[in-house]
Amino acid sequence: MTPKNYKFTKEHEWICPDGNKGTVGITDYAQHELGDIVYVDLPSPGAKVAQFKRMCEIESVKAVAEFFAPASGTITEVNQAAIDEPKIINEDPYGKAWLVKIEISDPAELNNLMNSDQYDVYTAKLTKEMKE
Amino acid sequence: MSSPYVPNVDADRQEMLKAIGVSTVDELFKDVPKKFLNAEFKLPPPLSELELKEKLRQIASKNVNTEEYACFLGAGFYQHFIPSVIHHVTGRSEFYTAYTPYQAEASQGTLQSIYEYQSMICQLTGMEISNASMYECGSAAAEAALMACRITKRNKVVVLSTVNPRYYEVISTYTREHGIELERVDAASAVKLGQDYACLIVQYPTFLGYFEDLGSSVQTAHESGALLVAIASPFALAMYKSPGSYGADIVVGEGQALGNPMSFGGPGLGFFACRNEYLRQMPGRLVGKTVDSDGQPGFVLTISTREQHIKRERATSNICTNEGLVALATMVYIATLGEQGLRHVAELCYHKAHYAEKELSKLKGYSSAFNKPFFNEFVLRCPREPRLINEALFEQKIIGGLDISNIIPNGMLICVTEVNTKADIDRLVKAAARF
Amino acid sequence: MRHHYVLPDISKPGKIGCSLPALDVPASDLPSKDALRQDLALPQVSEVELIRYFTDLSRLNYGLDTGFYPLGSCTMKYNPKLHEDVAVLSGFTSVHPYQPDKSVQGALQLMFELQGLLTEITGMNMTSLSPMGGAQGELANILMLKAYFRDKKDLKRKRILVPDTAHGTNPATAAMCGFEITAVPSDADGNLDLEKLKSMLNDEVIAITLTMPTTLGLFDPHIEEINQLVHKCGALLCGDGANLNSLIGKVKFGDMGFDCVQLNLHKTFSTPHGGGGPGSGPVCVKEHLADFLPSPIVAKQGDAYTFMTPSKSVGRLGSAYGNFGVIVKAYAYILSLGAAGMKQVSENAVINANYIKEKLKDSYYLPYDRTCMHEVIFAEKWQKAVGISTMDVAKRLLDYGFHPPTVYFPLVVEGALMIEPTETESKETLDAFIEAMKTIAKEAKENPDILHSAPHNTPVKRLDEVAAARKPDLRWKMTK
Repeated sequence: MTPKNYKFTKEHEWICPDGNKGTVGITDYAQHELGDIVYVDLPSPGAKVAQFKRMCEIESVKAVAEFFAPASGTITEVNQAAIDEPKIINEDPYGKAWLVKIEISDPAELNNLMNSDQYDVYTAKLTKEMKE
Repeated sequence: MSSPYVPNVDADRQEMLKAIGVSTVDELFKDVPKKFLNAEFKLPPPLSELELKEKLRQIASKNVNTEEYACFLGAGFYQHFIPSVIHHVTGRSEFYTAYTPYQAEASQGTLQSIYEYQSMICQLTGMEISNASMYECGSAAAEAALMACRITKRNKVVVLSTVNPRYYEVISTYTREHGIELERVDAASAVKLGQDYACLIVQYPTFLGYFEDLGSSVQTAHESGALLVAIASPFALAMYKSPGSYGADIVVGEGQALGNPMSFGGPGLGFFACRNEYLRQMPGRLVGKTVDSDGQPGFVLTISTREQHIKRERATSNICTNEGLVALATMVYIATLGEQGLRHVAELCYHKAHYAEKELSKLKGYSSAFNKPFFNEFVLRCPREPRLINEALFEQKIIGGLDISNIIPNGMLICVTEVNTKADIDRLVKAAARF
Repeated sequence: MRHHYVLPDISKPGKIGCSLPALDVPASDLPSKDALRQDLALPQVSEVELIRYFTDLSRLNYGLDTGFYPLGSCTMKYNPKLHEDVAVLSGFTSVHPYQPDKSVQGALQLMFELQGLLTEITGMNMTSLSPMGGAQGELANILMLKAYFRDKKDLKRKRILVPDTAHGTNPATAAMCGFEITAVPSDADGNLDLEKLKSMLNDEVIAITLTMPTTLGLFDPHIEEINQLVHKCGALLCGDGANLNSLIGKVKFGDMGFDCVQLNLHKTFSTPHGGGGPGSGPVCVKEHLADFLPSPIVAKQGDAYTFMTPSKSVGRLGSAYGNFGVIVKAYAYILSLGAAGMKQVSENAVINANYIKEKLKDSYYLPYDRTCMHEVIFAEKWQKAVGISTMDVAKRLLDYGFHPPTVYFPLVVEGALMIEPTETESKETLDAFIEAMKTIAKEAKENPDILHSAPHNTPVKRLDEVAAARKPDLRWKMTK
């Protein structure tokens, strides 16, 4: 189930906003596309990220995927559990396997993101295109 | 007559062309513009196996080889005895005619061998992880410099002047277009590194044979947040404390001496080991142990996302083919000698080199250039130009040491290994005494 | 027969695998204790146990001498035994690289002559044998391009064009030299998209690196046009000779307008791959790049051969002169073939690949249905429809006693199966392979489980690569 209170990007990142803070991760669709995740390279706390610009890299055995920040801001925390046991990203991408917490510099940017219904429509369309 | 390497005969070809639906071979080359097709090649007429063997024997005989001449050259390439076991293992065509082990189920022999190799290199260097090999020492050192720049996100590399000048040249080739500033500093002066240095590169023992204080080099590097890259001689590692125990971050070296012929300088083997925390920044292939679907142990190429075939322009290196068979020979050699044999050979080299140094220094006009501890290479100051002395030695079927008069006035870098007998050394001393 | 042990498991203190000589000079004092190590622990095994251990290991391997090895883009051709014999002559192996020139005239002669032979085979003007692998040859090429334009004071060019089909070493190498990389797409026929190429070419482009035939196993019929376009904008045409096996003795790189090309002696020139090297990647260049070649090259002065450094050389790539041991084998190979033999190589390689293409195109989807060169690429499309991947097909081939083709490369073909038979395979071998591939295509529909769980007859079953990457175990440890 796609969480209702999250916001989504076209590149399959999510952010769960809480005031000017936000928790960030990758979506279930993204983890499924990547397959078994073996490694996560997250930015350090204090690093600045910009919306839709490179934020981190996630690796499966034979592929490296870049992920982008859903909002601009400063990294305040990284999820050590996801670094230590990357497989939790496959198991629980919306919960236990959040990646970073951000202090959002411009909350208005969140309007550039999809809500969960829009994201579901978007991924359903991608899946359909893939099959064809 | 048809070629022994092309099994199909005309009848086969005709049948196959028919199956393909063409009548001539050139129809298969129809995408090649006519004017380029069937160019003229001015090549010598083919030789039969008999003729070719004879021709190569003749060419080989024009080289003076170290089985007939006593050789006191080292400087990175060393003549050591190679037990028969080695070439009987590497001569098994299941090993030498295999490709890089992409299909693990059909390559367990190669993969397990590399795992053994990686383990032994770690044991020797005192490091935590090793890759599957690089081309040779110079390019391994260059890749270590590039890796240190990636890790530290800095772009200055400093090399001590006591590092083999050939290695310095290769490091220079590799770093020049990378926006990296390369400096060569005199080892004797106190090195001060700023906060923008990625690594300090030292040699253990140095190109000139003696040992510098590795511990203080490590300290110098670490004080400025730079890494210490040690270029180590493998036989010295059998006897002396490992660079890892001094705190080195990356250890590379030339592995040729361990079970491989000198072969006019190639193929060699660049070994490459480092601390575990730098795993993701390592160049080259890595083999890891895992299990199969029945839970049985097995080996695979792993952490491949660092490599060019996946990460392309963001790869840690462009290296693809490395020195697989040389790594195999090296591993078999280490296993054949074991810890005791390796130490024994290292000590033979040590004692013979020290004997040679003592005897040569006694000669009038000769002296040892440095009063410092050394392993099996030392610089001899000669009474005349080393070039002239070497010419005379050559007449006596002796290949003298390396002429380094460009570094040390009338300096000759002499190397002694276990293959140099006492009689060889005495002959060298006697011949040198004539100057 | 399986290996559940590594060397430390069969090690016992006091064992050794060879006998060693005693000291024959007076002993000197050993260095002080603080300098010496006491912690070196290595396996101790007897000679007989070692030989059995490694013989066992070798049996877990599949080599060219075991059977058909159709790895696309790798040119796994037979390695003539003669080469192994001549390369171990003591006049080649027991030679120190720093011996005086007069004592290595044979080695220098051989290198000089091989430079000439490769120059003729590629239709270039000069060759350096220094690079020790294909990727290092590419590095030499890119370094030369950079030095060449710097020498001309043309400093604007900071971009390299690389076809999207190219081997990963192409972009990785360009990045090592500090270039921006732009991927040039291929068109529906698998050729370079000429319109896109035109739009990308300008005075900031230094070169395009082009593998010919391409990594799709196709000869791009627009080569002349590409050559003109690239040179018209002042850039150079940089060749990747990885696929030379389909052109050798037939077509010259120099004639097609290439300014430089790197070769892989361990592919086209039959030197063994050794389970991942040693290789050799000479670079052959036109006159205008000759002064920039990596150092050293061999020159002839009167009757004597000597090393020299080209006047504007990009420098050394290694401490010696390239992988001489490999060079000897390639030299022997060329002399054994001559011009006619070489033409026979490319023609038979191309016939063999097209034969496989024709026989299998009803069983596997052919993304580019046109005459191929030395290799043919199928895609997993039809098998995917029934839930079978290229990996499943590859693993099942092992059960039939064949080494699988290259899989999932090039990346532009989804689930690529890249088959390169080479000229050294007989029609009988190809027919047996074709039969196995057809059976597998049938099994994919009728008995997919047997493919999912393949291989069944190998020393190990499908290995867990995910576990290997998540918790890397890269070595054993021994302590004193």
